[in-house]
Amino acid sequence: MKAFSFERARTPAEAAAAVAQRPDARFIAGGTNLLDLMKLQIEAPTHLVDVNALGLDRIEATRDGGLRIGALVRNSDLAADAAVKRDYPVLSRALLAGASGQLRNRATTAGNLLQRTRCAYFYDTAQPCNKRRPGSGCSAIGGVSRSLAVIGGSPACIATHPSDMAVAMRVLDAEVETVAPDGQTRRIPIADFHKLPGDTPHVEHGLAHGELITSVLLPPPVAGVHVYRKVRDRASYAFALVSVAGILQRDGTGRLAFGGMAPKPWRVEAAEPALGQGLRAFFGQAFASAKPTDDNAFKLPLAERTLAGVLQAAKGAS
Amino acid sequence: MDDLPGCLSRRDVLIASAGTAAMTAVDGAEAAGPALPPTMARVALEVNGKSHTVDVDTRTSLLDLLRERLQLTGTKKGCDHGQCGACTVLLDGRRINSCLTLAVMHPGAKVTTIEGLGTPARMHPLQAAFVAHDGYQCGYCTPGQICSAVGMLDELKQGMPSHVTADLAAKPLLSAEELRERMSGNICRCGAYSNIAEAITRVAGGAA
Repeated sequence: MKAFSFERARTPAEAAAAVAQRPDARFIAGGTNLLDLMKLQIEAPTHLVDVNALGLDRIEATRDGGLRIGALVRNSDLAADAAVKRDYPVLSRALLAGASGQLRNRATTAGNLLQRTRCAYFYDTAQPCNKRRPGSGCSAIGGVSRSLAVIGGSPACIATHPSDMAVAMRVLDAEVETVAPDGQTRRIPIADFHKLPGDTPHVEHGLAHGELITSVLLPPPVAGVHVYRKVRDRASYAFALVSVAGILQRDGTGRLAFGGMAPKPWRVEAAEPALGQGLRAFFGQAFASAKPTDDNAFKLPLAERTLAGVLQAAKGAS
Repeated sequence: MDDLPGCLSRRDVLIASAGTAAMTAVDGAEAAGPALPPTMARVALEVNGKSHTVDVDTRTSLLDLLRERLQLTGTKKGCDHGQCGACTVLLDGRRINSCLTLAVMHPGAKVTTIEGLGTPARMHPLQAAFVAHDGYQCGYCTPGQICSAVGMLDELKQGMPSHVTADLAAKPLLSAEELRERMSGNICRCGAYSNIAEAITRVAGGAA
């Protein structure tokens, strides 16, 4: 690990300003992903700004009947929150499907959104990787790509976003609230938060340097059967090959987002009305632009069958 | 060893390989910018009921602070990447991976390690149960397993759900399935899982 200086910020604005001042500075909250990457020198910040004392660790009802989740709420606390379990169970289920008990006790809401891909070539500093070293090439394309993206990738990168939580946030139409170094706040719809790689796979989100996530906002609860189903190589403590987050209605309509398939949670709202005509019609539209590799082509039928299981479970529960 | 003309001495070879290692390290560093000298910082925290004030390199993980600076070597370093659970300790009562957090992030914290749970003469019920049920083979993962189990049983008592909890609204009970899921962050390379599960179940008072 490279040496770095360290400070503890007292307010969100102070934290944002402290990171903005130095090009190689980073926020640290749970640290469960950043420190892992720093040990491997995939990330090498020269300055860390600890945001754990900012008081952004509360879950509060909003005036419109939704929920404001502080950026520092730990994954385990968010999953166990009474309002989340009752009104947004797809979010509890997604959180509980990720990582281990120890990691969920540290990992934060904002950090989960910002976690980086687990593509093996991103982690292997001896290999070219456009995300890690822009312009160096992609080792995954033509390499071992079993776990990687089947849609939304580019000739420069086929990494997947590893989060379960973000897939549920996508189906819930969450918004990410931030504060910029100049004190300005803004809200970013989760649909626009993560960027597809294009020819700049190192750009994973639209946050400016020093812009700090302060909370994630959930709209009022959406009625229906909330489901999160994850398929992985082990029964526990593994990243998704495929996951499905759904909020489904009795008449067979609903909202669906997929994890493990793309560089961001994959949801195609325009395809959702086709659910009424059956799973095939929907799936064909949602994954029309899929470009799987030989290694990961299995993910398409796997996702379709996982979805079939989800729809069946929802029918049984409603 | 004599230095013969045209031959590399052992010393020359060592110098040459050190140079190669240094070049590899520089090439492997992904972020630009000059390397900083180590930065020291002071952290005061409580470990097993005892206050400590230590000057550390900011890079020091909580795990390395415990093992290298406070000589509490019960907590083990397995993978050092949060994958094996050998480094599990209780931070303000909650189980965490001590390898994936920095010591300087925890001023004023209360840390409990395996040494703080019990002593050979006065074992914690989970320590005694691991002995009684032979919940280990080599023992390397055991301190992490036990600290994790203490944290896990507390989470269960608080009603926190898991991936296998059927009803999010109901108070979860420690079934065999729940135990396996909740302890999945602790790997045992010897495969002593069945006895580990028995030991934890005995203490939890449930049926596995």
